[in-house]
Amino acid sequence: MSANTTMPTPTPSPVPKKNEPKIEGTSRLHEGWRSFLKSKSAVIGAGIVLVILLIAIIGPMLLTFGYNEVDANSRLAAPSAEHWFGTDDLGRDVFARVINGARISLWVGFFAVSGSIVVGSLLGLLAGYYGRWLDVLISRIFDILLAFPGILLAIAIVAMLGPSLKNAMYAIAIINVPTFGRLMRSRVLAVKQEDFVLAAKAIGMKDRRILFTHILPNSWTPIMVQGTLNFAIAVIEAAGLGFLGLGAQPPEPEWGKMLSDCRQYIQSAPWTMIFPGLAIMFTVLGFNLLGDGLRDILDPRMKQ
Amino acid sequence: MNMRKSTVIGLALIFVFSSVLVACGSKDASSNGKTLIWGRGADTKSLDPAQVTDGESLKVTKNIYDTLVDYKEENTEVEPGLAESWETSKDQKTWTFHLKKGVKFQDGSDFNAEAVVFNFERWMDKKNPYHKGGEFPYYGYMFGGYKGDKGHVINEVKAVDENTVQFTLKEPQGPFLANIAMPPFAIASPKAIKKDPEGLGKHPVGTGPFTFEKWKKNDTITLKKNKDYWKKGFPKLDKVIFKSMPDNSARFTALQSGEIDVMDGLNPDDAKTVKQNSKLKLSEQQGMNVAYLAFNMDKDTPVKDKKVRQALNYAVDKQSIIKSVYAGLATPAINPMPDSIWGFNKNVKDYSFDLEKAKKLLKEAGYEKGFKLELYAPSDPRPYMPDGRKVAEVIQSDWKKIGVDVKIVSYDWQTYLDRTGKGQHEAALFGWSGDNGDPDNFLYVLLDKDNTRTPDAGNISFYKSDSLHKDLIKAQRSTDKNERTKLYEDAQEIIKDDAPWVPLVHATPGIAYQSYVKNGNFTHPLNNDKLVKMDIQK
Amino acid sequence: MLIPVLIGMSIITFSIVHAIPGDPAKAILGEKATPEAVAQLKESMGLGKPLFIQYVDYVKGILSGDLGTSFITKTSVAEEIGPYLAATMELSFAAMVIAVFFGMNLGILAAWRHNTGVDYTAMVIAIIGVSVPVFWLGLMEQWVFAQDLSWLPSNGRIDARMGFEPITNFYFIDALIQGDFVAFGDAFRHIILPAVALGTIPMAYIARMTRSSMLEVMRSDYIRTVRAKGVSEFLIIYKHTLRNAFIPILTVFGLQMGLLLGGAILTETIFSWPGIGRYVYEAINNRDYPVIQSGILIIAFIFVMINLIVDLLYAWIDPRIQYGKE
Repeated sequence: MSANTTMPTPTPSPVPKKNEPKIEGTSRLHEGWRSFLKSKSAVIGAGIVLVILLIAIIGPMLLTFGYNEVDANSRLAAPSAEHWFGTDDLGRDVFARVINGARISLWVGFFAVSGSIVVGSLLGLLAGYYGRWLDVLISRIFDILLAFPGILLAIAIVAMLGPSLKNAMYAIAIINVPTFGRLMRSRVLAVKQEDFVLAAKAIGMKDRRILFTHILPNSWTPIMVQGTLNFAIAVIEAAGLGFLGLGAQPPEPEWGKMLSDCRQYIQSAPWTMIFPGLAIMFTVLGFNLLGDGLRDILDPRMKQ
Repeated sequence: MNMRKSTVIGLALIFVFSSVLVACGSKDASSNGKTLIWGRGADTKSLDPAQVTDGESLKVTKNIYDTLVDYKEENTEVEPGLAESWETSKDQKTWTFHLKKGVKFQDGSDFNAEAVVFNFERWMDKKNPYHKGGEFPYYGYMFGGYKGDKGHVINEVKAVDENTVQFTLKEPQGPFLANIAMPPFAIASPKAIKKDPEGLGKHPVGTGPFTFEKWKKNDTITLKKNKDYWKKGFPKLDKVIFKSMPDNSARFTALQSGEIDVMDGLNPDDAKTVKQNSKLKLSEQQGMNVAYLAFNMDKDTPVKDKKVRQALNYAVDKQSIIKSVYAGLATPAINPMPDSIWGFNKNVKDYSFDLEKAKKLLKEAGYEKGFKLELYAPSDPRPYMPDGRKVAEVIQSDWKKIGVDVKIVSYDWQTYLDRTGKGQHEAALFGWSGDNGDPDNFLYVLLDKDNTRTPDAGNISFYKSDSLHKDLIKAQRSTDKNERTKLYEDAQEIIKDDAPWVPLVHATPGIAYQSYVKNGNFTHPLNNDKLVKMDIQK
Repeated sequence: MLIPVLIGMSIITFSIVHAIPGDPAKAILGEKATPEAVAQLKESMGLGKPLFIQYVDYVKGILSGDLGTSFITKTSVAEEIGPYLAATMELSFAAMVIAVFFGMNLGILAAWRHNTGVDYTAMVIAIIGVSVPVFWLGLMEQWVFAQDLSWLPSNGRIDARMGFEPITNFYFIDALIQGDFVAFGDAFRHIILPAVALGTIPMAYIARMTRSSMLEVMRSDYIRTVRAKGVSEFLIIYKHTLRNAFIPILTVFGLQMGLLLGGAILTETIFSWPGIGRYVYEAINNRDYPVIQSGILIIAFIFVMINLIVDLLYAWIDPRIQYGKE
């Protein structure tokens, strides 16, 4: 699993050029929608994400097999009309497991990313707005977390808490906190100098109100873009932890775990390996495309 | 920086590399004599056999050192090793060993009675200046502790003359000879130990068939032929390399492509592929192990009730486990120990797979509607259980049919030991690999009430039966094999009826090797990895 | 900057390591140990002391250059860690070479033929590249190239039969020093599959970075002027634009290189590569506290150092960047 980082994607600072505290008006929304439709990657990405979301929600209801129907007599059967993706070593329907796995992966991605966003943004907000020692302290914490080899830290955290999907989620959320923290901090530093914030300060507005009514909404866009991209990373990381046996527990059909369960059958029954892997890739691809597209739309520099 | 130039250089380099590849891709590697590469799952921890408890470490030391007595080639009975012959006194407390003459350690020093005494003193006496380099765990297990401990069974080891060693025991120990034959009690060179007692783990010196050459951590250990080995004409191989490759499938790939000659830890499902490949051969080791499901009888769950435990016994389809997790490389377990150990009770009948009976028993116990149960399964593969979680999944689906709803909980091995040792589980999958081929080593260790002490209980069923305890203690003190056999047979019946476990299977691990590898004693339950006679004949 | 980070890391690592359930004494003695033996060993290992004291002891050790001794192998971590580190660095470096070479050329190609089929194909490759789970890619590679086609070895760094004797533990360097070209070729064959698996994601990132910065540069007045002077297209791209696009690429390089060092556990496991990730991972499984603590610390140290070097390189390549300013 490679990356707990997100930096390498080009993130030119998307500081709004005009002093508009809020996005307003239907025409603006309309324009946003039009530029969304213009970005091929956003549309394709959103399409993929939508499909996976649908699969996760209604897919399991349409299946003929349960994801944990063990049948020792039809183990490692090749794909057929009955078992579209074949069966695994316990004779379970791989298709049913892959479909059910979508739910798990989206779940993990959503909660891990939400967790990192909430904690990271809060810390970043505090660091950026109040500055001084609080900034130093929080920034150091981010530095420390970033200096850790991400996956090793996640492994250690899961070892400490015990292997389970929930704990893997916590671990992933923790290692991704600094990404959002730093992003939020830099946004706050930029927005802080904007006229409307200075004005609000001048008329004696309370810090908390400034933070939540002016600064937070204006920092939201890059966080959402980053969140979409991190969703992809979280899915891969969860699969990696599952692959090491540190994530989902049996019989949960988590994709990474399916891969580690069946890696010994790669030669004799490759379908047990190909489909869960493709499922991960497809999901990650969807979120990556969507994130890229959103960034292109929302980044004024790329609009041209 | 001239990018164009560097691109050209880059392309040129690739070209050079690829021509190197083509040139040396199929190099004949057998140029340096008969070299055997044994692929295995993990690296050695130490080369001082007295310090280790894991099979991977002992696998290597067995070929560097010798023990006083050895296991026979066919079974686990004992035959002469460094000791040519031995006798025991009437009260079974004094054992006298006559050593082979003219044996030399690999560093040129003489093997003699003093050397034996020196090694035993080093192991047993915590105050000995050479009691260093580790904890000497196996000595403590097999001889009841160390010098000065209450249970320590060896009173004295002394050299009667140059070639005679005498052991005096505090009380007779049934499995004494079998213990002495175990690879941790191999005799190392006193000269080497005196030089650096901690260094023995890195630079081993014994009397064995191979001498140590080099160790690349987590990669390879290379041994070369001991030309002065005391068994004339052996070993046949010039070099042995133990290569650690953690991934079973990758190891198998390496075997198929000829990168290695022998592999253990074959994935059961790959056995079929081996059989189809004319260049490869497959051996099943007679497993001296048991995999079981232990009910925690100390916890307040329905399994406190004997009827429930019996019902759950009836509801486990062992054949299905063997088929789907072991791919046939296992036999169903009836008793807590395999039938390769003497004392195995053939008359005990197993609970058959019978869901109706199970339901009936559950109804009688008042759990007609079933109940919930937490089942622990280890997340790491063990020698007796290649995939604990999959075993748990099969049991989960079996028990669901009688209304018992299993929640599988899984931990890595260290956490697992910790939690089960403290009795935090409701039920747990576990197993045991025998050390010396004695029934005591299974029944007493795993099921006697003496071993229910937390936090490191060996008996994780917390099964406390007084009648069983009486049998086991009596058998431990006796040296009369017939009497012991009767006692152990009785013990197995008591256990079957009380059903503290579901004995699952005895694994028969597969070893795959190139067909040109000859005379490997691969089926031996204990010494399948001793390479004295092994040969390569292409 | 470096020192507070390392101190913070050592505290976090120490706390996590000691909070992991399981007992190193038990890991040493094996599952057959008696409770007495375990308790005794724990005492003699100093694990009975208060955690704070243990931490102070550990830090004292580090400051005096002692990284601790492995509980399991009884060898000092400083002595043991070298070969693992070298193995991982060699692999990471090979992965980076692949990533930079293919990534840059893909990016250049895409930018050069902007908005054509070539561009789209390159970008599809890049986006798929960042979306592939590395361990799955590794397994697939093994299946196809090692098992099915038998083109390349699937395991380890070199054929054990070679009897290759490493000096620095960087096998390529060692083979060259010894003039052993056969060993060199064999080490090369062994590194291809894991390096490709590990290099795919950075490759994809670099391709995208290269493309976007190249596009930007190519639109600049400077390049337009040069082009107007009639210098050939190829030369423009390679000589003039790439240099300007180098900084963002360097960023990716630094970040990914650091990640590769610690993040290669799965690749190392799949390919039996005796690297640092596996070393620490196995130590976690064995509750080998000194190895976990010092191992993570060393990885982090190298990570920080690499980023420092990258920062310095920025300044060297682009004198406009100054440090000390926010």
